[in-house]
This record gives sequence, structure tokens and C-alpha cells, in this order.
Amino acid sequence: MTAAVFFGCAFIAFGPAFSLFIFTIARDPLRVIILIAGAFFWLLSLLLSSLVWFIAMKASNAEDTKVQTGLLIFGVFFSVLLQEVFRFAYYRLLRKANEGLAAISDEETSPISVQQMAYVAGLGFGIISGAFSMINILSDTLGPGTVGIFGDSQYYFITSALMTLAITLLQIFWGVVFFDGCEKSRWWVIAVVVCLHLLVSGLSLLNPLYEGSLPPVYAITVLMAVWAFFASGGSLHNLSLLFTRKILFVLQLICFVKM
Amino acid sequence: MNTSDSEEDACNERTALVQSESPSLPSYTRQTDPQHGTTEPKRVSEGPAAAAERDSGPVPDGEDEELTLKYGAKHVIMLFVPVTLCMVVVVATIKSVSFYTEKNGQQLIYTPFTEDTNSVGQRLLNSVLNTIIMISVIVVMTIFLVVLYKYRCYKFIHGWLILSSLMLLFWFSYMYLGEVFKTYNVAMDYPTVAMIIWNFGAVGMICIHWKGPLQLQQAYLIVISALMALVFIKYLPEWSAWVILGAISVYDLIAVLCPKGPLRMLVETAQERNEPIFPALIYSCKSAHPSSEVHHSEDVILEREEAEPEVQTHRGQNRSYSAEEELEEDRGVKLGLGDFIFYSVLVGKAAATGGDWNTTLACFVAILIGLCLTLLLLAIFKKALPALPISITFGLVFYFSTDNLVRPFMDNLAAHQYYI
Repeated sequence: MTAAVFFGCAFIAFGPAFSLFIFTIARDPLRVIILIAGAFFWLLSLLLSSLVWFIAMKASNAEDTKVQTGLLIFGVFFSVLLQEVFRFAYYRLLRKANEGLAAISDEETSPISVQQMAYVAGLGFGIISGAFSMINILSDTLGPGTVGIFGDSQYYFITSALMTLAITLLQIFWGVVFFDGCEKSRWWVIAVVVCLHLLVSGLSLLNPLYEGSLPPVYAITVLMAVWAFFASGGSLHNLSLLFTRKILFVLQLICFVKM
Repeated sequence: MNTSDSEEDACNERTALVQSESPSLPSYTRQTDPQHGTTEPKRVSEGPAAAAERDSGPVPDGEDEELTLKYGAKHVIMLFVPVTLCMVVVVATIKSVSFYTEKNGQQLIYTPFTEDTNSVGQRLLNSVLNTIIMISVIVVMTIFLVVLYKYRCYKFIHGWLILSSLMLLFWFSYMYLGEVFKTYNVAMDYPTVAMIIWNFGAVGMICIHWKGPLQLQQAYLIVISALMALVFIKYLPEWSAWVILGAISVYDLIAVLCPKGPLRMLVETAQERNEPIFPALIYSCKSAHPSSEVHHSEDVILEREEAEPEVQTHRGQNRSYSAEEELEEDRGVKLGLGDFIFYSVLVGKAAATGGDWNTTLACFVAILIGLCLTLLLLAIFKKALPALPISITFGLVFYFSTDNLVRPFMDNLAAHQYYI
């Protein structure tokens, strides 16, 4: 396919995650380590769920496509559940590490807060999940081929990129909300996050009916963004302050320039 | 004012948690030299002197340890970056230059048994035999090196290493350049190539064996490791490569941790003599101020490419430096180039076979996490540790499981556009 497809899809899928990495993670070594460890945990969950799916697949009749599709769907949901389990496990590990860091620190506080760790862990999950979904597809866009030659959708690449972006952002927000729920022992929050993850994966099962999968997923992304914003300590007051400060600043700049 | 020792100790970047007490005599702290990882021996200084230097009262344990842990995280990143760069170079080359994935039957003399056999059993047997031969060659050479060192044949060692680095910097890079030109169909004449290779090689020899800007030296070390890894990827047969990777991690473990292990004996001999330990090819990342000259009192000498991941390096007599220079200079971790090479071999082979990027990514993450864990263990145990076993184990586990289990799963998901 063309270079435009490659670059377009790459930037759509990985642009935000990459910029978040550059601006918020890259300068702090501790955050980089937490990010990579988060990716590792996600990989472990994927490994285990693939193992289960593989065993189920080998144990069943390979010819029967209905059974195979059913097993694949089971694999999807099992993988989602396992991801959330590993997210919880990672939360426990980070809490322990945080206590350790605080204990040896001079000021009795750890150099990194739980909210920051939640964000970094979510980003780690998001980046590796997006990479595993998208990289092979991206490398295919560099080679020759005709999209949808057998009657499949023409929009395979762009919808994959959009879905990958949504999943990456969702993983970040789920991470923040999940950790917050664990911190405050609000178990209903965790249940809602798991259900939303299952819902998003379920919606993706509607593909290639993209109208049924992409808009709802993005709606959920926006909702999760708002929820994560409030869960990590944001408020409408903060937002209004931000805007008034910005407006004040801009007005001052204009006055200064005019003078 | 004896600031140098205390400053050095106070801000020592070990990845280990520093002991707050220090012996009264300045001595080289050998026990924190990890074999395949990190730290240079630092001079331990008096506690009170250290306190005075830091402008605070008695230095509390916590501050020391927090500083060390912060620097510990920094060290991990200082190692992540070069390891990642080396792997990126190797993967990029493998994916674009087909020369390094073509098997035309040529093999190294260290792996004489062919894998072109009819039965699986025969192939397995051949790969195990190849591994045995390769590991024995490595063991023999290490022991030879230890013997040379024990009997103070320094000139011989230096000569050997200079010869090896000459071969790498000139011959292997010439081959590499040739293959890149062939891949991209670039027309090139011999005089230009001679100029390029001559400059590249000469500057490399100077940087590595004598003096040079730190970053240039680091870049050359990364390039050499990548070249070596590419040679291994090309010339090691498929199954032999995997078995060798496994075997060399085990050997690394034994050689570094067993009391009679050759590498450990090397360390102890150097310790007894209180001199720069036999310097092999070591990558050192110092968080020195960019403008300051970093003096290498030790020679970083190239090791024969067949030799195993060597390691220690002992910082020489640094008394001539000012306190700040030593402060900045000594913040460094060192990792043997053999580790770079074998990490890159693993990731390169993952990239070479199959063309699946997920496997490569998984191996990459696994190796980085292994490195992280190794450095954590270093912080806990404060002694020489091998850097290969954990990373290679994780890498191998992830390679085989991703290739066989995750790949069909993700392929199926991608075919239906299901997302997890």
C-alpha cells in the first residue's frame, strides 16, 4: 500500500501515546521503569490467555468454523478478564514498591504518587496493547496488496488504527480509575471498569460493522476520560481556573503586543 | 583536603544500596563489582568526612539510600538506552539487509555440525554438539585469559585485544557497508569506501583504546556489539543459536558465582593485586558533565569475539582528578559488551525468523525487564552478578511462547478485527 497509509495509520494509532511518552515519561527514569514493567505484565496476561485459547483450540475440532469462532470469542473475553487481573496484580506490586520507596526516602514520601503510577501503568498497558494490535498491520501496509479483495471492508487499516488509538486511551483511563478505586476500596468501580472493558471488546466483535463498534467505543472513551479526570483530582473549578488564567494571559499578551 | 574520596563515595552511583558506614582506610570496594553489570569499584571513604562534604550533619541512612535508589533508577535507564539502541540497529539491519538472514551453508568453525539433516533427532543432536564445542571454546579461552593475567602477560593480552578490535572495526564494518550498499543498490567506488572505512576504523581504535569523547566511545561500542551480533545471527545455525544462548546463560551464572569460576578468579586476582582488573570490552555510561573530559585510566580493551561476556573493570588510580570530576565521572554503570551481543542476538533472531513483529517486541520487553531485575539484585547483593541469565531466560521463554501461542491468537484476532 502507499506510504500515506502507513504514516497516517501509524500516527493515528501511536501519535498520542508516543507524545504522552515523550512529554511525561521519558525524563523520569522511575516512570520509564514502571511503564516497561506495566508492558511486561500485560504481556504475561496475553501469554496466559493465548495458552488457554491454544489448548482449547487444539482440543477441539479444527474443521468446525463455528466452534473455532466461538473459541476465539471466548479467548477474547478470557483475555480481557486476565488483563484486569494482572492490572490488579500490578497495582499490588506498585503499592508495595511505593511503600518501599517511601520508607527509604528522606521526606517520608515516595518520589512518585499513586495517581502518577496509575497513569504510567495505564500508559504501559495501552502502548503494548496498541503495539501488539497494530504493528503487524502497519508492516503489511508497507508491502504490496489490495485491501478487501475478497469482499472485506476497504477501511480495514484506518479502522484498525482508530480502534487501536481508542484502546490505548481507554487503557490509560482504566488504569487511573482502577487504581483510584483500589486505593479507596470502592470495588464497584473495579467492577464497572471490568464491565466496560468487556463491553468495548464485545463491541469490537461487531466489526466489520464499523458503525456499530467505533462510535460507541469513542463515546465510552470520552466518558472514561471525564471519569479519569475527576478520579485523579480534577474538578470543574480547576478547569475554570485554567481557562481564566489562560484568557488573562492571552489578554495581557495582546495588550503588550499592541503597546 | 581529601575531598575526592569522600565525594566519590557519597555520590557513588552504584546500583547497590550504599552502606552508610565506610572503613577507615580508603580501599577499593571490590565487592560491588558486578561481572556483567555495573559499577566500578569506588573508593570508600571515612564516614565523617563524607558527612562534612555533604554539608549536612551526620549523613542519615535514608538520604544515602534514597540518593542511591534514585541513581539506581537512573542507572537502569542508562543501561536501557544503549541496549535498546543496539537492538534497534540489529533489528533494523535484519529486516532490511537480507544478507544477514541468508543461510548459504557457511558456518563458523566453532559450530562444525550441520543442521541440514533428515531427522529431528539428528538435528537436535548436532545442535547440542555445536553448543558443547562453542562453550568449550569459550571456557578454554577464558581460562587462557585468566592464566595470562595471573602470569602478568599484559602485552600479550593487549595485543590480542587490539587485533580483535582491528578485525571488527575494519573488516566486519567493511562487509556490513558492502551489504547495505548492495541492498539499496548504491553505486560506490573503492577509493571512497577505503576513505570511509579507514576513518571509521581509525577513529574507533583511538576512541576505544585510548581517549575520546564519551559518547563517541559509547557509540562505537554499540556499533561493534551490533556487528558482532549480526555475525552470530548469520553464521550460527538455527537450533544451535538457541541452545547456545541457553548454555551461555548457564555458563555465565557458573563462571561468575562459583568460587572456582574463571571470571570470579579473575576478579579476585585483580583484587589481590589492587590494580585495574583485566579490562575487556566494557560499556560504561557515566553521567559525567558533557563538557568534562573523562579520563580513562583503564584501557578498555577489546576481547576476542568468541570469548564470553567479560566483565569487570576496575577503575584505576583516580587521585589526580579534582573532586567534581570524580564526582561526575564515577556516576556510571558498566555492562559487558558480551551481554549487549547476546541480547541483540536473541532479539535479532526473533526478528529474523517469521517476520512477526510481536515476537520481537515481546523479546525486547522481556530482556529489558530481565536487565531491570538483574540491577535490582545487584542493589540487594552488592556483588558481581551475571547479567545474562535472567534476561536470556525471559527472552527465550517469551520468544517461544509468543511465536507458538500468541502469534496464532493475535493473527486470528486481527483477521476478524477483534480487540482485547
